[in-house]
Amino acid sequence: MTVACIPSARIFSTSVSREVGSWSTSLKIGCALLLLIVVSAMFAPLIAGYGPDFQNFDAVLQRPTFSHLLGTDSLGRDIFSRVLFGARLDLQIGFIATYVPAIYGVLIGALAGYKGGKVDTVVMGVLNIAMAFPFLVLIIGILAILGPGIQNIYISVFLVAWTMYARLARADMMVERTKDYMTAARVLGFPTRRIILRHGLPNAISSSIVFSTSDFVLNILLVSGLSFLGLGVQPPTPEWGAMIAEGKDFLFQAWWICTMPGLAVVLTGTALSLIGDGLAQRLGERHHGFV
Amino acid sequence: MLQRKVMIYLQYAIKRVLHSVPVILGVTLFVFFGIQCVPGDPIRIMTRGRITDAAVAGIYAHLGMNRPLPIQYFDFLRKAVAGNLGESIIQHAPVTMLIGEKFWPSIWLLGTGTLFSAILAIPLALLSAYYRDRLIDHAIRLVSIFGFAMPSFWVGLLLILSIGIYLGWLPISGFGDDFISHVRHLILPGLTISLFLAPILVQSLRSSMLDVLTADHVEVARAKGLSEWHILLRHVLPNALIPTITVLAVNISWLLSGAVIVEYVFSLPGLGSLLIHSVGYRDYPLIQGLSLVFAILVVAVNLLADLSYMLVDPRVRKSNP
Repeated sequence: MTVACIPSARIFSTSVSREVGSWSTSLKIGCALLLLIVVSAMFAPLIAGYGPDFQNFDAVLQRPTFSHLLGTDSLGRDIFSRVLFGARLDLQIGFIATYVPAIYGVLIGALAGYKGGKVDTVVMGVLNIAMAFPFLVLIIGILAILGPGIQNIYISVFLVAWTMYARLARADMMVERTKDYMTAARVLGFPTRRIILRHGLPNAISSSIVFSTSDFVLNILLVSGLSFLGLGVQPPTPEWGAMIAEGKDFLFQAWWICTMPGLAVVLTGTALSLIGDGLAQRLGERHHGFV
Repeated sequence: MLQRKVMIYLQYAIKRVLHSVPVILGVTLFVFFGIQCVPGDPIRIMTRGRITDAAVAGIYAHLGMNRPLPIQYFDFLRKAVAGNLGESIIQHAPVTMLIGEKFWPSIWLLGTGTLFSAILAIPLALLSAYYRDRLIDHAIRLVSIFGFAMPSFWVGLLLILSIGIYLGWLPISGFGDDFISHVRHLILPGLTISLFLAPILVQSLRSSMLDVLTADHVEVARAKGLSEWHILLRHVLPNALIPTITVLAVNISWLLSGAVIVEYVFSLPGLGSLLIHSVGYRDYPLIQGLSLVFAILVVAVNLLADLSYMLVDPRVRKSNP
């Protein structure tokens, strides 16, 4: 048993180190940064030092000091702890809001690109209408109907965000469809599902993967923006955008309340963008950030 | 010959305009039926339930809301074409009038933001392409990654704090009364917009310039012994600017999204802050009208970009007759 295990483990570890070794610097730095953020979010209760809602009225609006690394807010809550706990929420929402729509968006786009004809016409019609609205306006409009809150943010993002992935996957699939290996798969009589999922998609998915890293950043910006506007996560829940909104009224007395959660957003976004940059190089795709 | 060219252009233009008609129709459908999804009975909510069933039915009949939905939709469409988008529930004024008041500040803000972005992005992209894959290029790309990751409302607050309050150079909210004060009020919001728009412009300009750098006419220019700066400025930049117009047009929806938040932060009386306030009051006719105007704005900008693109680049004409 152990005899069989050791070589395979060794092969695995060498292949992992070879893979990591081939990464670009930006991919390495981005992954390390994101790992750091994720780990500190996971172990937030151990690292934080204070509870996210612990109020100390003897230490209100304190500057960053040694006992309060990033200062305290108007209720004497430790900002460092709240930023850490906020990371849990923002990363979770960002991840779900990015990758759930990505899955069915890519599938719909691939189907439309492969089938063409009526399916494609219908999908493109829906895409064109959805893309005519500014993203935030559409989300705010849906939230106006459903009411604010995390759950409704999920619903509205799920309704809207798949369109970009569908567009990317459709364009790639239309290129792949005419290639010889796809014709070969058709000639062999494979079912359509297998042709799309096993043959077409692996070659039509890299632009969506690269875009998903930018989309992750955009979704974190979206959630914090909506919370800032009072349409998302409601205080006192520690969320970066909501914290910035709370600090807005104390901008002049205590700049650190606003600044610190924003820096957390920038740090996370930078890590993800660096990963996107590196992935684009690794997969031979172009990285435009948006578009 | 010229006449023929004009004819071909007009043909293309008409075709392109006709293409956007179904999109606009779809948008109106979406906006109309979106409002129907609002849970609850608006009349009962507004009167807090202190009303008889007969009275509710009477109000609905008076508003024409007891008719079949398709007929209501065509009625909505007919009125919308005539410029009547209903009446705001909270402000008791026609929606078109309220939107008309806030339209120009928003357009000014978008213009300022785009202008600042271009001023920031073009030199940076030139530097980045000139020093490609060297230290300056990497530094510029890192800075644009930072810019991309910054929440615009946060940047706006920091600018208010530093330039508005600490230095006291510029006003931090409102839109002012005359032209000079309009301009002064637009600088900080415009700067905030450019800080998230410019990174995207830099990235796309850089990559399209690198594309153009491999073209034949650049080789010829090099063979003539022209300096690299001259080639970039005279032979590469003009060709790279064309795709940038498209990038700007595609990003108009994102630019508008950003402008909504920026307007709110700087209390600029534009469409975005109107939208956010009307969401707060659940003023559905106003939300409906605003969504429609935003969508038409996006479609119109894309249309204009395509038409101007075609005017500049004859290759598009040939491929899309």
